[in-house]
Amino acid sequence: MDFTIPENYRLMAETVRRFVKQDLDPISRQVEDEDHIPEEIVEKMRELGLFGLSIPEEFGGLGLGTLGECLVYEEMSKTNACFRTRIGTNNGIGSQGIVLDGTPEQKDYYLPKLASGEWVACFALSEPEAGSDAANVQTTAELKGDEWVLGGRKHFITNGDVADMACVFCLTDKSKRAKGGITAFIVEKTDPGYFVGTIERKMGMRGSHTCELIFDNCRIPKDRVIGGDKMIGQGFKTAMKTLDKGRLTMGASALGSAQKLLDLSVDYAKQRVQFGKPIAQFQAIQFKLAEMATNIYAARQMLYHAAALRDSKGTSIIKEASMVKLFCTEMANRVADEAVQIFGGMGYMKDFPVERYYRDLRLTRIYEGTSEIQKIVIARELLRG
Amino acid sequence: MNIVVCIKQVPDTETQIKIAGDGKTIATDDIKWVMNPYDEFGVEEALRIQKAKGGEVIVVGAGPKRVTESLRTALAMGADKAVLIEDDGLYGADPLAVAKILAAAVKPLSPDIVFLGMRAVDDDAGLVGPALAEFLDMPNLSVVTKVEVGEGSVTVQRPVEGQTLVLEASLPAVISAQKGLNEPRYASLPGIMKAKKKPLEVKTLADLGLDKAGKAEIAALTPPPARAAGKTISGETAQELAANLAKALREEAKVI
Repeated sequence: MDFTIPENYRLMAETVRRFVKQDLDPISRQVEDEDHIPEEIVEKMRELGLFGLSIPEEFGGLGLGTLGECLVYEEMSKTNACFRTRIGTNNGIGSQGIVLDGTPEQKDYYLPKLASGEWVACFALSEPEAGSDAANVQTTAELKGDEWVLGGRKHFITNGDVADMACVFCLTDKSKRAKGGITAFIVEKTDPGYFVGTIERKMGMRGSHTCELIFDNCRIPKDRVIGGDKMIGQGFKTAMKTLDKGRLTMGASALGSAQKLLDLSVDYAKQRVQFGKPIAQFQAIQFKLAEMATNIYAARQMLYHAAALRDSKGTSIIKEASMVKLFCTEMANRVADEAVQIFGGMGYMKDFPVERYYRDLRLTRIYEGTSEIQKIVIARELLRG
Repeated sequence: MNIVVCIKQVPDTETQIKIAGDGKTIATDDIKWVMNPYDEFGVEEALRIQKAKGGEVIVVGAGPKRVTESLRTALAMGADKAVLIEDDGLYGADPLAVAKILAAAVKPLSPDIVFLGMRAVDDDAGLVGPALAEFLDMPNLSVVTKVEVGEGSVTVQRPVEGQTLVLEASLPAVISAQKGLNEPRYASLPGIMKAKKKPLEVKTLADLGLDKAGKAEIAALTPPPARAAGKTISGETAQELAANLAKALREEAKVI
C-alpha cells in the first residue's frame, strides 16, 4: 500500500507549520486572554488561502482532496484551536451545503466570497430542542408571496457573530420533518429580522465565538433555498451530507493537537528533574508517552487511510468517517489527560498551553456529532440489510 | 529585468544532525530538507524587484531529485521557472565545483541580477557566491541587507562592524543575501497549486558538459562535544555566592 503524501500536500503542510510557528503560536496566549483574533492575523489567513481549502477551483478555492484538507487541519491544530475554527466554517459546515447542493447561481455568487475569506459562513442547525436530535428543529419558514419568512432561534452557532451568511435549517412541513419537511436556506447578515443573540461563555475555545442567531419575522428572497425549489423539504439530507464530510477534518484536528501534546510532553519529561533525574527516565512516565505515541500512530493511519479512500472512491464513506471522528477525538482527549498528568502541577497552570488543549479538546467529542451519535451511525451501517 | 536565484537545499535548522557511518557525511534518513534560509531572502528580493521592474524570476538548484521540492517552494512563492541540475553526488561537493556548475546553468539565462544566500546553513562555506561571480565575470556584492536597482546599476548595503558599507556596481551582478534584507513571504496554498503547472527543467552534468570534480573534499566530520551539565553555585549570602562564583570562574572554568 502506498503511503506517500503528494508533494503539493507536503508543501502545504509545511507552509501551515511555519505559519503556526511564526505567526500563530506566539500570540496564542494573547488570543486566549483577549478572546479575540487580531484582524491582521485573519488577513494573513486570507492571503495564505486558508479559507478556500475545500471550495472547488472554479469558484476561487483550492479544491483540495480530503487528504490535503486533513493535513492542513492537522498542522493548524498544533496551536490555539480558535485559529482553525476561524477557517473551519468556510471550509466545512458553512460552505459545504452550497458546494454539495447549491444551484449554479448560488455557487457563483457565494463560493468565491467564502473561498477568499471576504465573507464568513456559519452553519445554523442546532437549537435548544434540537441537538443530537437534529430533526427536531422548531425554527420555521413559510413562503409568503416572493419571500420566505423565518421565525425561531438557533444556538451554539460557531462564528455566528462574525458570519456574513448562515446556512439555516428550518421546518417547512411539520408533518414530514426529516422526511421532506426540513429546508436549508441561505440567510445574509443584512436580511431584515436577522439578529445575533447571546454570545455563549464556554469551557474553552476562547478566541472563537459561539452564539445564538435569532430570526424574528426574517424575510429573505424566494431563491435562497439551497439547491432551489426542487430542494424544498430536502434540507435534512443536505445537513447530514455536510456533517458527514466534516468528520474526517474533525479527526485531523484532534490528531494534530494530540501530536502537539505528545511533543510538549516528551520535551518536558526530558527536562523536568525529580528525585535527582529527568522524569523521562521513570517507567511510569515512559509508559504514558509510549501509549500516547501508539494511539496517535494508529489514529493517523486510520485518518489518512479513510481520507485516501474517500479521495479515490469519490463517494461518502459514512462508517469509516464516523469511526475516524470517534477514535481520533476520544484518543486526543486521553492524550490530553495524560499530558496534564505528566506536566503535574504545571499542567494545571495557565502558564503552559497544556490545560488549554485539555479544555479545547473536550469539545471535539461533542460537536458535529457526539461520540455516542458516531457509534449509532457505525452500528447502523454494520447492521444494515 | 531577468533575475536568477540560486538555491541550495539544506537540512531543516531544527533537525538533529547525526554523522553517517563513513564519518564524512551526515545521516540523511530522518532529515527534513528545506530551502537554505539565506536563499529565501534572495527569492523574496527577486520577487519584489520583479514586481517593480517586471521581467522573469528563474530559480536554479543543483543536487539530487529531492531538491525539486525546494525549487517548487520557490515557484510557489512566485518565481516563474525552475532549473534543476540533477546529480546525486552534488550534495556536500566542493563549493568551487558547485559554483562552476551553477555558472554553466545560469549563463545561458542571461540574467541582470543573480541572487543567492551569503552562505548555506549546513556547511557555512560562503564560497559559492564569490566563485559564481568570478565564473560569470560579474561584480560580486556579498552579505547584502539592502538592494536598490537603478538604470544599469545596483546600489547595495553591507553591514560592517556596526557601520554600513554602500557599494555600487554595474549590472549584471551577483548579490548574496544576508539576514535583514527582507521578510520572506510564505509559499501560499494557492501559490503551491499554481507551482504544479510552472515549468521545471531538469538537466544533467553531461548536458552542461561538466563533471563534479572539485579540488577539496571533506576528510572527516566530528560532532560538537556534548554539553556538560550546568553547575549550581551555592552559598548562604550574596557575598559568599559571589566569592564562590568568582572562584569557580577562575579555578574551574579558567576564564578570569
